[in-house]
Amino acid sequence: MISPRYAREIPQRYRLEAGRCTVCNAIYFPPRLICPNCKSKSFEEIKLNEEGTLLTFTIIRVGSEKFSKEVPYAVGIIELKDGVRLTAQLADCAVDKVEIGAKVKLVFRKIQEEGKWGLHCYGYKAILI
Amino acid sequence: MKDVAVIGIGMTKFGELWNQSLRDIFVEAALKAIENSKVDHIDSIYVGTMSSGLFVGQEHIGAVMTDYLGMNPIPATRVESACASGGAAFRQAYLEIASGQSEIVLAGGVEKMTDGADVTESLATAADQEYEVYNGVTFPGLYAMIARAHMHQFGTTREQLAAVAVKNHKNGSMNPNAQFRSQVSLEQVMKSTMVADPLRLLDCSPVSDGAAAVILCSMDAAKKFTNNPIKVIASAQASDTITLHSRESLTTLKAVSAAAVKAYKQAGIKPADINFAEAHDCFTIAEIVITEELGFFEKGKGGAAVEQGLTSLNGKIPINSSGGLKSKGHPVGATGIAQIIELYEQLTGKAGDRQVNNARIGLAQNMGGSGASCIIHILEAI
Ligand SMILES: [Zn+2]
Repeated sequence: MISPRYAREIPQRYRLEAGRCTVCNAIYFPPRLICPNCKSKSFEEIKLNEEGTLLTFTIIRVGSEKFSKEVPYAVGIIELKDGVRLTAQLADCAVDKVEIGAKVKLVFRKIQEEGKWGLHCYGYKAILI
Repeated sequence: MKDVAVIGIGMTKFGELWNQSLRDIFVEAALKAIENSKVDHIDSIYVGTMSSGLFVGQEHIGAVMTDYLGMNPIPATRVESACASGGAAFRQAYLEIASGQSEIVLAGGVEKMTDGADVTESLATAADQEYEVYNGVTFPGLYAMIARAHMHQFGTTREQLAAVAVKNHKNGSMNPNAQFRSQVSLEQVMKSTMVADPLRLLDCSPVSDGAAAVILCSMDAAKKFTNNPIKVIASAQASDTITLHSRESLTTLKAVSAAAVKAYKQAGIKPADINFAEAHDCFTIAEIVITEELGFFEKGKGGAAVEQGLTSLNGKIPINSSGGLKSKGHPVGATGIAQIIELYEQLTGKAGDRQVNNARIGLAQNMGGSGASCIIHILEAI
């Protein structure tokens, strides 16, 4: 059984659902209850643009136990076309091919395993385009 | 607001203290501080610890520590702000005395990191669990991304990062409480194991056990106990987004600059009036960015400053005379208090071989997570 904590984040991790402030148009991922920019509490649900640019990255060589079998893997901060930024792993590429400014696209992938049953947990990773 | 002074200090050696428990190291540091200050009573206690629950499975730290200090029923409160927990504990003690509520307060910090917990996972709880850590980023990984962005934007070099470690190990070699008293060469840093590119093992502060404690007292009462009270002339705190990716700039630490502006204003001084500083060098890149945010160097020039020796013990503004987190060790919750202890030793002229010349005003900058919280204190010898 999936945990409530995991289930709650599914709209964001599977479908990239974000909240746009109806007053100042700022987009928040994940959605928030109050806009830090204008203090509005009114949001509409939108889906993030899947394409963006890599702003910075690292190659994780020493991971936590959960990710220790995955090393080395690249993780970066991506600015999507709608201006939203997020942190994601870079998939399907040699780690030495990653560079700042690379054009990337978010894809649906397995991220990690949860609990002693090894339940698969999914979300977004980025691939180079 | 009442004036507040630091009148006594105590700490354990930092390192792998396998023979001592979490409570024993805290009590050791606290008793040393009490003895050092010669106070006749303590009104209350604040303990900074980041993650005693994850590291050793113990919460309710205020209660554990007052009990083992034999000080029931005085109030004791645990304070948490990730790696800035110690600084936050000191600030609460300061505010309690400044407000007139108490006269003498003990502020301490402690962490026991070598008892077998997954340290990488535990430290990562200072970042956003759902939107950073879930996706596989580690704590060194976050600072590595800051480092790469800083190198890309300002031309900061790999050698400049390494120069921070070389300098701090040199200072730490003169600190009897430091975890690593060995010096390292530029080449050793540059060839150490890669942890998260571009950061290598010797760019990272170590995993440490340790505790530190100081006694704060109202300036009026301080004269009963010492001829040499060190005055707290500023206490400031600021916050930033929990995720690194949400920040407008990936090469600035806004919580640091915001806290610094408040601290300088409270003290009525400028960055140039600071004689020396302890900066939260959890990673070499952090020290470079912090010295820029504190206004010691122009944005982007922090790397060159280290390389030119401006932050060395005899430089324009000595940074981390204690050895910093890098060499002294980083028992997370104790770090903010240990920074205050270095300020106290320098300002009372008791820093031995690593004494900074003409140390009159010192600044301590303690930071949580990838910079989501920052606490700055400025102390002055009077
Ligand atoms: Zn808004």
